[in-house]
Amino acid sequence: MIKNIVNLGDAAIYCDFGSDVNKEINSKVIKYFMALKEKNIKGITNLSPSYNKLIISFDLNETNYEDLKKVILDLKLNVKIENRFQKINIPICCDDEFSIDIERIEEKFQKSKSEIINLFLNKNYFCYMTGFIAGMPFLGDIDEKIQLDRLETPRVKVPKGSVGLTGQFCNIYTFESPGGWNIIGKTPLEIFNSTNVKKPNLISPGDQVTFYEIKKEEYEKFYEK
Amino acid sequence: MKNDYFKVIRAGLNSTFQDHGRKNLYHIGLPFSGSMDKRNYLIANKLINNNKNDAAIEFAFQGPSLKYFGLPRNIVITGSVNFKIYKDNNSQENGECYKTIKIDNGDVIDIISTNKSVYGYFCINGGFKLDKVWDSFSTTVRAKVGPNNGNKLMEGQKILLNDPSNSPHRKLNFLDSKIEFIRVIKGTNFDFFSEQSIKDFFSKYYTVTKLTDRMGMRLEGNKLNNIKSTNIKSEGLIKGTIQVPADGQPIILLSDHGTIGGYPKIGVVISADYDKIVQITPGSKIKFKEIKLKDAENLYKLYNMETNNILNRII
Repeated sequence: MIKNIVNLGDAAIYCDFGSDVNKEINSKVIKYFMALKEKNIKGITNLSPSYNKLIISFDLNETNYEDLKKVILDLKLNVKIENRFQKINIPICCDDEFSIDIERIEEKFQKSKSEIINLFLNKNYFCYMTGFIAGMPFLGDIDEKIQLDRLETPRVKVPKGSVGLTGQFCNIYTFESPGGWNIIGKTPLEIFNSTNVKKPNLISPGDQVTFYEIKKEEYEKFYEK
Repeated sequence: MKNDYFKVIRAGLNSTFQDHGRKNLYHIGLPFSGSMDKRNYLIANKLINNNKNDAAIEFAFQGPSLKYFGLPRNIVITGSVNFKIYKDNNSQENGECYKTIKIDNGDVIDIISTNKSVYGYFCINGGFKLDKVWDSFSTTVRAKVGPNNGNKLMEGQKILLNDPSNSPHRKLNFLDSKIEFIRVIKGTNFDFFSEQSIKDFFSKYYTVTKLTDRMGMRLEGNKLNNIKSTNIKSEGLIKGTIQVPADGQPIILLSDHGTIGGYPKIGVVISADYDKIVQITPGSKIKFKEIKLKDAENLYKLYNMETNNILNRII
């Protein structure tokens, strides 16, 4: 299942599952990630699943690349993962104040704002990975009609809660951060909450995500709750 | 005394609570964080007779100025640091690193600057009264995770202290060594770069720029030409990774790095050199040197043995 295993530095293993980005390959990554997490293998200090790669960091005092590589290759994937994924429905407000890149997108695709927003809302998304900043989900796949390049010059500050598009993916800025994605709206939902120690991130790899539109008044009320 | 504390007179440039760092959270986007220079962090806790996992205040360039309220107790500072103790009776002493110093009620510890290095560590006997977050005292400021609500020290705030324990007077004769080369293992995208660029990478000097912090260190030097692709599919990152964006200037990822990224990886700094590279100041020129995996593993063992020998000398 793993196409290639090499070392990344002296304290990490780099597993390549194939060059494409699709649900099938990503599901294999997630399966390995969950199996390794569950087995609590000695020396492993961190796991980084992404679209098509899994990086395993380890403590060089406890193990090394060759030994751990054997463990990974012999790993039994006898974990049931099917029931662990959630379906999450996320409110998004696309008021002009929040959809800061919409004019540019309208111009680029020669479509109205409502057409663009509808193409975005009409899909079920799959969470490929979380990270870059804490809890940020990478969701796909965006309708081909509204796939965009990253901004040429990234913004220094993207507001917390912003929903951005780039290529086949969308993401949600879990807190204010620099970023180069095309912002189409904003969610009032707390996507990352560090005080929730057991489950700080609302969305995990493998989860299914849909968006529903809310008006600005509802957005503001959401905060009052 | 139960209510000993410090008042922060000046916070310093980047003063945070740190320990060994936080494991098993890369997959949600949280880096290890933790003290940048582990060796100096460990020495500080050992000198002050705290647990080896207790929190230290890490500072960069300019440290904090702290006024103490409580019964006499020992403090220690490690690294290469200029600091002064202003006694309540109006006298002052120049501080000495790697040596326990007794402070009294009303004294001010002014950590003026690090000397030709970046990070220093401050510990007090008994330790800081903090809550662990995900089993660690480390602070990741960008994600607001860690003690002190995930923040840097702030002017005017109080830092509460645990009860003191036994703290004998201790001193370590120690001069931290510097490195000539940053030793690296080839990265997973090493073959993305032209032959000439690989030559340059391992022979020319690169300058550490001011765009350097706990997240990463940006370098400037001969442009590294990518002949394949300047973007890869976003994937996991680890500390010590050397990424090369389209502008051809390398960035070394440090303890608070973003956990996912899509720039090609030309190399990874070996674990044995990590404590040293973080201390390299902006403006310094450095060279990279290639190391094989087996050698890197042995160098790490040696480095650890050396650290343990230093710690064992402290009694």
